[in-house]
Amino acid sequence: MTTSRVPQGADDLRSDGATTTTADQSAATGADRPALPPPIVWSDERVGTAKGMRFLLKKVFPDHWSFLLGEVAMYSMVICLITGTFLTFWFIPSMGHVTYDGSYVPLKGVGMSEAYASTLDISFDIKGGLLIRQLHHWAALLFIVGIALHVARVFFTGAFRKPREINWVIGSVLSLLAIIEGFAGYSLPDDLLSGTGIRAMAGFMQSAPVIGSYMTFFVFGGPFPGEMIIPRLYIAHVLLIPALLVGLFTAHIVLVAVHKHTQYPGPGRTNNNVVGFPLMPVYMAKAGGFFFIVFGITALISALVTINPVWVYGPYDPTQVTAGSQPDFYMWFSDGALRLLPGWLEFTLFGFTFGMNIFLGSLLLLPLVWILLSLYPFLEAWVTGDKREHHILDRPRNAPVRTAIGAAAISMYLVLALATVNDILAIKLGLSINDITVTFRAAFFLLPVIVFYIVKRLCISLQRADRDRVLHGTETGRIVRTPEGEFYEVHEPLDPYTRWTLVQHDPMLPLSQREQDEVDEHGVRRPRPVTHGLRRALSDFYFRDQVQPVTPAELAAAQSHGEHDALESAPTPQLGEPVSAVPGERAALRNRED
Amino acid sequence: MADSSDYKTDDTPVRQGADAAPPARTDGLPERFENPGLPPHVPRRADVDEAAAKRAERQVVAMFALSALGTLGFIVAYFVVPADARGTVVGIGEMNLYHLALGLTLAVSLSGIGFGAVHWAKTLMPDNEVIEERHPQASSDEDREGAAAILRSGWEGSQLGRRPLILQSAAGALGLFAVPLVLQVAGSLGPLPGRELYDTNWRRGLRLMIDPSGTPIRAADVTLGSVFHVMPEGWVGEEAEEELSAAAILEAKAEDQVILVRLDPALIQSEKQRSWGVDGIVAYSKVCTHVGCPVALYEQQTHHLLCPCHQSTFDMTRDCEVIFGPARRALPQLPITVDDEGYLIADDSFQEPVGPSFWERERG
Repeated sequence: MTTSRVPQGADDLRSDGATTTTADQSAATGADRPALPPPIVWSDERVGTAKGMRFLLKKVFPDHWSFLLGEVAMYSMVICLITGTFLTFWFIPSMGHVTYDGSYVPLKGVGMSEAYASTLDISFDIKGGLLIRQLHHWAALLFIVGIALHVARVFFTGAFRKPREINWVIGSVLSLLAIIEGFAGYSLPDDLLSGTGIRAMAGFMQSAPVIGSYMTFFVFGGPFPGEMIIPRLYIAHVLLIPALLVGLFTAHIVLVAVHKHTQYPGPGRTNNNVVGFPLMPVYMAKAGGFFFIVFGITALISALVTINPVWVYGPYDPTQVTAGSQPDFYMWFSDGALRLLPGWLEFTLFGFTFGMNIFLGSLLLLPLVWILLSLYPFLEAWVTGDKREHHILDRPRNAPVRTAIGAAAISMYLVLALATVNDILAIKLGLSINDITVTFRAAFFLLPVIVFYIVKRLCISLQRADRDRVLHGTETGRIVRTPEGEFYEVHEPLDPYTRWTLVQHDPMLPLSQREQDEVDEHGVRRPRPVTHGLRRALSDFYFRDQVQPVTPAELAAAQSHGEHDALESAPTPQLGEPVSAVPGERAALRNRED
Repeated sequence: MADSSDYKTDDTPVRQGADAAPPARTDGLPERFENPGLPPHVPRRADVDEAAAKRAERQVVAMFALSALGTLGFIVAYFVVPADARGTVVGIGEMNLYHLALGLTLAVSLSGIGFGAVHWAKTLMPDNEVIEERHPQASSDEDREGAAAILRSGWEGSQLGRRPLILQSAAGALGLFAVPLVLQVAGSLGPLPGRELYDTNWRRGLRLMIDPSGTPIRAADVTLGSVFHVMPEGWVGEEAEEELSAAAILEAKAEDQVILVRLDPALIQSEKQRSWGVDGIVAYSKVCTHVGCPVALYEQQTHHLLCPCHQSTFDMTRDCEVIFGPARRALPQLPITVDDEGYLIADDSFQEPVGPSFWERERG
């Protein structure tokens, strides 16, 4: 029995007391023994369904809005799979030449590829086809937004820590696959915009050292554009990558079940339990309902906001390009990097051309970002020396350096992403595109440092504010004048439940304060790896300026006037009523107001 | 990684505030606060007030009913609304009303179910939080020993320890078996680049033809400041479209496209640029030397050519050198001259590879 009934204060208020006893318990009493419906009995006799149901249906999931972000990604993927399957019924992944004769008048008689013509057919001649296309594109965007926010949630709460490192790596690979899948998908219609994207992709591949021109010719089946790239992207988009996505996603979810979901700190929540709602019925209704909400909202957006109107762009022609050509948002950072990397990074050495101005921002950037992302849990664990299992999430403020690293990384990402719209910014803001580009180049290096410093200080300030609340209670806004003429603001002491969230975290010491002396008791130097100095320095950096949570002794001291100033770590004493020092008076004050 | 034995408190370097019993202090206060346990359950309105529960039930039913209406609406819209119905929607502008009707009814159909189910769960289903215990992820010692025993006996049963040749030959065979599969793909994709990237279809004597009309250009007709997009003779125009496949034309466009501009010869700063042109008429490859987009934006005032993809900027008056942006190399110039009839022709092919850089570019 892993599920137990939680004592609840309001049980006696319920008209039907039986609703709070779990199914297992009522089964044990035997008074009204519930029986399985016949179909389940049938399948249980063949595959043992009841065992699985018993394990699965009582699984507990904690509730928090930020846990929905991953669900958004999951449901968007399902929407993409459904709508994508529909699209394959009409889409023709061919670069064969046809003359358009559909119902979109402006393109009548224009020569184009079958891929583009069939996309136009889906948009104009297949009933409801445009809606499915729009749902597919919007859901794909939502998929990647969901993933990005989910990654951020997992990162900033430290959910990637032991034992969840493997799932973090799987998730990282999933996110990379998702953007490749997206790129392959929006390249398929063979319109002018997506064709330009493929043209750039050919340039990226050609820049690869040694194998560049071979890789390009192999992928394109000859010189660009050839007739092979759309069919090949198509099979990658509808079979290869989705198979990997669905497979890894399944592993991702299975591991969530194996580990049980993490939970935010709070009263009653410990590292050894998970507090929340059981799958049956609450979570089923909530999660199932949320799928329909995500689907419904995607449908609403698809109905109202047109995305990727390929008919406006026209068929691909290598001699044409539109001003303001931008990829979908998830490729912005890569495209932005290409706009920022200066030309002098291309050089010739020993008669060979190193196109680093291209290679760095495209073929190298993506793996580099995702390798760093995947390695982060291992790096952090190495620096902190933390080998414990973690099931209680960190409040981001309680891990200031991690939070600051994450924010700095996001700022770098945003600089690159914004660089993709440098031409649009120049036009809209009336600025010089050269100035914007130079500014972004500098910002890429400067902004992360500034953001790191600000976010770290912000976290520390928030931790201090937490300490303040615990030590002195919450400001009530009520100003009281004593008979002696002294004014003070009434502070409401925190109840133990609220307080627990603010004091529960375990602070850690840096390695330098935990490790043993250089030499052992016999005066012999301890053998240490050569990286030890680096590790110690990083650990000091990670734990510097740590704010300790309030201890009961500190609270007791804060509550009595005399010891107040003696506490070194306590913030400056505030002019205010020492909480709960004169309980009678406080009650009287409250009564007067009522 | 680290040797944990190096640390005084092995791998649990901190106080276990939440779970371990905190050591008592001399002043009777615990070292850390203790977890107060779950706060008392606060009943919802629907828990204590049957009228409120009834109201919640009606709301849930209403949302499910709305969903069913939305589904019906979708079916009706699918058959009744004309597929090309257009109209103006406030805040959006002109749009396809058929698409709008299908999308909105689908949205109502789906979100009705969603909001209904969530509202049902939040108002009527039990909101008592349940506790499930966790156990360490690591297996018990018994399991570990059992697994180790299986591994040991399996290794012994395979006899690989005693007969290493089997291990080596099996590893060799397994290492090689993927080769045919890789070889088939790697060997059959292609063709190899060969000379393809070094050469274009431009040849000495080919006329410069306007793209897409395919008409030749008389040097005298090119006025100061005018811009033409040109292709080599035989690769553009109706005749070419009949003779060549669409793919061949696209491939030719991708590498042969040239931008032709007439500059004031006094502005031209490079002797080579002047001599490869005709009275200030100069022709340059339109394929960006960055990643290959067409360098399509020509600024007449500054004589700058700008690539819209990544903003590489080339100065026409300085032999199309890069003056800004991520490209490294100048656009290759096509040497041109005039034939007997006064039409512009190529004086030679391009003297260097056009388009993006590649590893063996200088080896041409």
